[in-house]
Amino acid sequence: MNVTQLFGITAAALVGLGVYGLIVNPQPLRKVLAFNLIGNGVFLACAVIAHRGAAAGMSGDPVPQALLITAIVVSFAASALAVGLMLRRFAQTGTNSLAAPDEAAPGEARTHAEAR
Amino acid sequence: MISAISVGIGILLLALALWTVVVRDTFAAVAGFIPYGLLLTLAWLVLRAVDVALTEAAIGAGLTGALLIRAASRLHPTEAAAQAETPGLGTRVVAGVAAAAVAVVIAVCLLRLPDPAPTLAPEVARHIEATGVGNPITAVLLSFRAIDTLLEAIVLLFGVVGVWSLAPDRCWGGRPGLAQAVGPNDILVYLARVLPPIGVVIGIYIFWAGADHPGGKFQGATVIAAMWLLVMMSGLRDAPPVNRRWLRVVLVLGPAVFIALGLLGAVMAGAFLAYPDGWAKLWIIVIEAALLPSLAVTLVLLMVGPPQRPEVSP
Repeated sequence: MNVTQLFGITAAALVGLGVYGLIVNPQPLRKVLAFNLIGNGVFLACAVIAHRGAAAGMSGDPVPQALLITAIVVSFAASALAVGLMLRRFAQTGTNSLAAPDEAAPGEARTHAEAR
Repeated sequence: MISAISVGIGILLLALALWTVVVRDTFAAVAGFIPYGLLLTLAWLVLRAVDVALTEAAIGAGLTGALLIRAASRLHPTEAAAQAETPGLGTRVVAGVAAAAVAVVIAVCLLRLPDPAPTLAPEVARHIEATGVGNPITAVLLSFRAIDTLLEAIVLLFGVVGVWSLAPDRCWGGRPGLAQAVGPNDILVYLARVLPPIGVVIGIYIFWAGADHPGGKFQGATVIAAMWLLVMMSGLRDAPPVNRRWLRVVLVLGPAVFIALGLLGAVMAGAFLAYPDGWAKLWIIVIEAALLPSLAVTLVLLMVGPPQRPEVSP
């Protein structure tokens, strides 16, 4: 087993863990976290591909590596927007649940809506 | 051959990822995400992607970790209700099977990659002379795939617009985040007085070194953004109100200069974002120098969130 195979399997496992967390964890923040794991898995797969492309005296294929830098920055922006949405919803309704309104404490949500 | 340290990084990485998924408390999960990000940084280093490692350490682990930690502590009151919604065993088993199936398919694909590996490295090596920069990744980001970088800068700007649009009407034009109350002798205040001059120099150095060595505007901008966030968190300087003109100008400066030089390239060199012969290095430096403050301010504004306190006096 070489580095490429090791981190290839790690990347696949990260995506798997992320998919599991995305489905199972009820908290929206945990879903963002799980989505970041999926993203990291994809990035790691990309880095493995870049590593295999080492040629012409370069330590890796610079094109996927440059794309990775772009991707990491964009995924931060996406996470920030998701967190912003969550915090705004929490400030507005006092809840952060993704369950249908009649499932999760209907009285509570209504009181908060009236309070604003 | 494979070194023990690589295996160790892989195992620890997966263990921490598992922790962030299965641990009951959200705050504990987010706390696990930060060492996870730092281990991922080591994984990039093992894969010899030093520029990516710098970005991951600064943005992936650092900024994203801080963002999620802050959100987890603010959302703590919803934690008990959310834990009651945890799905039953049946759902979890189905999710586990689905996740395992996805992982196996990806693993098989990654283990059966074509040999010899396709690569663009020789192409980059052949044309890097024309750009005048020595770091192939900077050459890709600012020359060969400049359109990607331009669109990324614009996506970040849209991110700020999106975050700002979440502001309640009465707070529009006000200051983002909550007012900080820290004692004047707090260690945070001390750090916020001592670290920023050093941090800003390091940020500019990382940016400048990026032309020929690992580094660049994203990593440099993140270090500068972190310094500004430190000053805000210590309460020494408040976050600026979002209706300030200078703030808006700095935000759009980078993308605007990028587009303007791109259009100039269309006139002088015959294609949008093409650089005239012999001018590539200067063009790249001007674009990067304009992007650096824009990116730093953008990252800070994404971190601190929408305006939440109405401005009292205009």
